[in-house]
Amino acid sequence: MAKYKMHLLVCGGTGCSASKSTEIVDNLHLSLKEKGLENDVQVILTGCFGFCEKGPIVKVMPDNTFYTEVKPEDAAEIIAEHVIKGRKVTRLLYTDPENKEHIADAKHMGFYKKQLRIALRNCGFIDPENIEEYISNDGYAAIAKVLTEMASEEVINEIKLSGLRGRGGGGFPTGVKWEIASKNHADQKYVVCNADEGDPGAFMDRSILEGDPHSVIEAMTINGFAIGATKGLIYIRAEYPLAIHRLQIAIGQAREYGLLGKNIFGSGFDFDIELRYGAGAFVCGEETALIHSMEGQRGEPTFKPPFPAQSGYLQKPTNVNNVETYANIPIIILKGANWFNKIGTEKSKGTKVFALAGQINNVGLIEVPMGITLREVIYEIGGGIKNGRAFKAVQTGGPSGGCLTEKHLDTPIDYDNLIAAGSMMGSGGMVVMDDTSCMVSIAKFYLEFTVEESCGKCTPCRVGNKRLHEILEKITKGNGTMEDLEALRNLAGVIKDTALCGLGQTSPNPVLSTLDNFWDEYVEHVKDKKCRAGVCKSLMRYVIDKDACVGCTACARNCPVNAISGEKKMPHVINDELCIKCGACIERCKFNAISIK
Amino acid sequence: MTQIKSLADLKALKNNIQEKMDTRAKGNKDGLVQVKVAMATCGIAAGAKQIFDYFLNESEKRGIDIVLTQTGCMGYCHAEPTVEVTLPNKEPIVFGYVDTKKADEIIEKYIKNGELVEGIIPVNYETVAKN
Repeated sequence: MAKYKMHLLVCGGTGCSASKSTEIVDNLHLSLKEKGLENDVQVILTGCFGFCEKGPIVKVMPDNTFYTEVKPEDAAEIIAEHVIKGRKVTRLLYTDPENKEHIADAKHMGFYKKQLRIALRNCGFIDPENIEEYISNDGYAAIAKVLTEMASEEVINEIKLSGLRGRGGGGFPTGVKWEIASKNHADQKYVVCNADEGDPGAFMDRSILEGDPHSVIEAMTINGFAIGATKGLIYIRAEYPLAIHRLQIAIGQAREYGLLGKNIFGSGFDFDIELRYGAGAFVCGEETALIHSMEGQRGEPTFKPPFPAQSGYLQKPTNVNNVETYANIPIIILKGANWFNKIGTEKSKGTKVFALAGQINNVGLIEVPMGITLREVIYEIGGGIKNGRAFKAVQTGGPSGGCLTEKHLDTPIDYDNLIAAGSMMGSGGMVVMDDTSCMVSIAKFYLEFTVEESCGKCTPCRVGNKRLHEILEKITKGNGTMEDLEALRNLAGVIKDTALCGLGQTSPNPVLSTLDNFWDEYVEHVKDKKCRAGVCKSLMRYVIDKDACVGCTACARNCPVNAISGEKKMPHVINDELCIKCGACIERCKFNAISIK
Repeated sequence: MTQIKSLADLKALKNNIQEKMDTRAKGNKDGLVQVKVAMATCGIAAGAKQIFDYFLNESEKRGIDIVLTQTGCMGYCHAEPTVEVTLPNKEPIVFGYVDTKKADEIIEKYIKNGELVEGIIPVNYETVAKN
């Protein structure tokens, strides 16, 4: 049986395959055979490395050499030099873009430093249903340190110094939030974990709760000690059953081990956590609405102030933080604020978890240092746009965010830059769009979501967004006027200025950012009655080219609404009145005679 | 389980767990094969539970000693279900799009013989070093 001494991993991702990586595999096989090494060295095609810019990639194991931009004709040299003589092929090594040095060991490549897992440090590594695995990975060491060595002010100062900001979207400094809550005195205070993740396409918080629930429990206990609260509540949507199940197990285990309950670590500090289930209303991610929902009232926001830190759950001082924010806390306590605040940009410290979705090759959950550019995320981690299409936009921040375009590709991602670019960090959904996305329809999609999810308490959000949606609907139907575009902008501005809560105030962002970045596309919809992405059905016409049509009748037979007519062997025609633009005819036509005008 | 009442208790427990894992690794002369199946909601929806059961049943049937655990999301949504296999003294390897056929291949080729099979997902991140 073959026991291979060496492995050659060749990238078989879409990009590298297009650059002949299968030919590289063939040539490597050939060279190995020539040298009689086919039983010692195994060549294998792998999934995408994500580093498509420098593809095709060949990685040699076990010595971890990383060759970039390899061509099929380089195969013989890799075998003759590296495999046989043990000398690395220098010219194919990755060159560090900064100091121009060749990097021999992949571990030292900046490429591996694009992603840094802090909040996700245990996610995918430990068994989330076994507290001992968490403990053996330094779990509960931070709360032990806090309770045995630190005063509550020291904990708050450490978090302040770390520069950690709320990962739920707003980016409020966490340490400052804790400090305010600590200074408000009451017989009972509360710590609340906001696990009401609601942005379309976002699943960071669910992943953390499902993969590392103890980190959130530990962090909430630290939070409780810091502000003087003995009760914690996790508000989680009932549509996350596995996350709930694992949290229940984790809370049970923590109690069993004495890590929740009375007199934790013999310090005299008591803390316990309960779960509260939400029904999945988007607005309940807003902290005042969340608190009302936990109290058994309607999930509607109220005006701030008073802030929850002054009067929150049951009118007691309450600190609300998001799941990902909490996941950062234990490691900050263990490694220190000065470690954490060296990562990231000047005003946004640490990392951010993003759910990378849409028209991108490596859809996935990523964690990157603040300050990384969109280009790095899309092309060096995400593996580029699907099917080699052109990049058009990235939506961040969900229904409260906006679209970033080509011109933002090299902007460092942090809270303030995203706001300056007309979007926001949001909770971390990142939806990548290619040239088949119609930006007017995208804006309409997010507005539909907001209209559906608006709690209806304040008029600007309840009525204003409905009107915005109607205007967008009118434009995508081909009935828009230039005055409508003005009205969109004015109304959006009014909603932004007058809505009650953060959700209402940010709800016009998808409209405003697409107006700013894709004005031409709006004008095309209005003036030329044209949708360049081919998404708005009312603006499309299916036309049969009478010269190319041979009258095979395939289209007519497959039209679900009988909109196509014509004699056999004679050119057919489509009745626009009946056509529902489903595209079934185009799929069936073997002669490319049907096109969209 | 006695409760953890002090920092010393926690450290003792941590060392104890790590020792247990170590002894198990060394107790077996060929070392210990670790198999982790990513089982967040999305992984399970893609069939991770069946894969977990397959490894459990087949390793027993075929007499291979593996340590099988479930974990949370590994982050490779485009390639679920994903399985990470660590052979003794080797770097962990992640396999994507694992169905029972692929799982069989992983057991027969990689776990038994160290021969790689197609479907490897290259890992491209660093995790913060713990203390």
